[in-house]
Amino acid sequence: MTLSFDIALTHLRNRKRQTLVSVLGVAMGVGFFIAMAAMMQGFQHYFIAKVIDVWPHIVVKDEYRSAPLQPAQRLFSGGAVALHGLKPLEELRGIKDAKTIVAELDGRPGMAAAPTLRGQVFLRYGSKDVSATLVGIEPQHERRVSHLESDLITGRLNALYSTANGIILGEGVAKKAGVGMHDTLSVISPAGVILKMKVVGIFRTGITPIDNFESYALLKKAQILQNRPNVINQIRIRLQDVNQAGATARGIEARLGYRTEAWEETYENVLGIFVIQNGIMYSTVSAILIVAAFGIFNIISTVVHEKTRDIAILKSVGFEEGDIRTIFLLEGMVVGLVGTLLGWLLGYSLTRLLGTIRFHIEGFVTAQGFFLYYSYMHYLIASSFAVLSAMFAAWLPARKAARLNPVEIIRGAA
Amino acid sequence: MSGALLEARDVTRVLPGPVPVTLVQGINLVIEAGEFIAITGPSGSGKSSLLYLLGLLDVPTQGMVYLEGRDTSQLDQAELASLRLKKLGFVFQFHFLLPEFSVVENVMMPMRKLAARTDREMREQATRILEELGLGAALKKTPDQLSGGERQRVAIARALANDPLIILADEPTGNLDTKNGRIVFDIFKRLVEVNGQAVITVTHDPQLSALTQRQIRLVDGQIVAQ
Repeated sequence: MTLSFDIALTHLRNRKRQTLVSVLGVAMGVGFFIAMAAMMQGFQHYFIAKVIDVWPHIVVKDEYRSAPLQPAQRLFSGGAVALHGLKPLEELRGIKDAKTIVAELDGRPGMAAAPTLRGQVFLRYGSKDVSATLVGIEPQHERRVSHLESDLITGRLNALYSTANGIILGEGVAKKAGVGMHDTLSVISPAGVILKMKVVGIFRTGITPIDNFESYALLKKAQILQNRPNVINQIRIRLQDVNQAGATARGIEARLGYRTEAWEETYENVLGIFVIQNGIMYSTVSAILIVAAFGIFNIISTVVHEKTRDIAILKSVGFEEGDIRTIFLLEGMVVGLVGTLLGWLLGYSLTRLLGTIRFHIEGFVTAQGFFLYYSYMHYLIASSFAVLSAMFAAWLPARKAARLNPVEIIRGAA
Repeated sequence: MSGALLEARDVTRVLPGPVPVTLVQGINLVIEAGEFIAITGPSGSGKSSLLYLLGLLDVPTQGMVYLEGRDTSQLDQAELASLRLKKLGFVFQFHFLLPEFSVVENVMMPMRKLAARTDREMREQATRILEELGLGAALKKTPDQLSGGERQRVAIARALANDPLIILADEPTGNLDTKNGRIVFDIFKRLVEVNGQAVITVTHDPQLSALTQRQIRLVDGQIVAQ
């Protein structure tokens, strides 16, 4: 093995420029992968962390996943039953027996639950009408299921209790309506109730859809506004272990029948975009590495071609096919490994560089620069990709070299 | 079984193809230790082909080659390679030295493949062989810094690296002048007389073949005189 390694290194050392080009090809692939992965996953991790932070992990809603079956369909399940012109039963919306459910869920270990009533309202201030979602909460519960309190940029959560008709607005909502702290505005609900409310807090989560559309008031006030006394339509749950969200949500839904969404489901569309993003990233990097693999294939093919005489003598001296193959596979591996190491360096520096770039965006999230995520997994994935493609590129010429017939070459050389 | 060092029994080699070419046909040959043999004949008579068959580089289409009484016809390429490594040494018309490695490293190459000695022992052994062949001053040089005669002597040193039973040489003097050709043959002679190794060399130079103990003459792939 050391002998094969010696010969392999000698071959590469004698064609420094070609080797360097191949190595750089691999390094680029690895480096770009690492930088891109840090950038994309940085954003994804930031987003997920934010969502997990801001949003309850599980939301129990006052609706069912599918419309209730008609008795005829239930009776003849699987039969050819067709019903036309049906008018489904109108139900009074809201989670039934919510108090008991909340108390039970809240009592489970590692779980906090808060009752809420969510509904659309208009905020009227001067000549401005701004539509918003009003979430009726109980601060002592809310505190345990979301980070609303720490997201407040001004005001206090407890002011909801101490002020007669207090309301907390998202930063974007406040800006759109042109209201500030301690201003009083009219809140109008679809039920036709109008309430004068005073701004006692403004929050910023960094997630634009929340900051631009959500506002919070006491559950009681929301119920009055929506004209739904004692009704709640969402139970918001926070878990100690966020990874349990999916399983716990399914468990709750199975028991209560209400549609219960874990945060993954609520943000399904965004998470879907992440999958596509990752797909694009992997294919771009694969393309770079495939080009690099061609470079490796090229250099090793050239070496095999130039070294046919050496191969012939080594084989006649007693080297086996495997020894010869090893020499050229090692050459591929050396290029792959050195390229990987350089790529790590390049990737790390690129990521660092990206971290110094400052800009302001306000799109889906508010940010001052790239979110970067450093993970040894990126380095590992990139290097295994690189070494595998290098080995594969080396395999074909190596196999050809191993199969060379020394007699034919010696005859030809004489 | 056979007691001879190397024996060819009814060896025929045909190159397959649309028009099959018979390289050698019906060769019967017994070679004992300490023999110095020349294979002669006109070009295209199958001298080199016979040498490759005897050297286990090529396998016969028919017939068998026995090395130390052992039938080699059933061995796979790895086993044949291992026999070549341990028991045989090759010298060709072209020196086939690895250009990137020094003279000593070239000679050490078969030893390192065999891996029976430590690095130091291999270097000492290689140095000793090279000194015996008058190349003590060229150890650290690379092949391109040597003359043609010197290169061929390095190639011989490489053939001797693992102390083989038989040295097989294919026109070893083909690229050399008379003086250097003579030197090569003197070396072979010494190997036979001092070390008791067998040397089989292909040559078309009658002056040189006259220096050997035994001449095998091939015409059209068949032995016509020995």
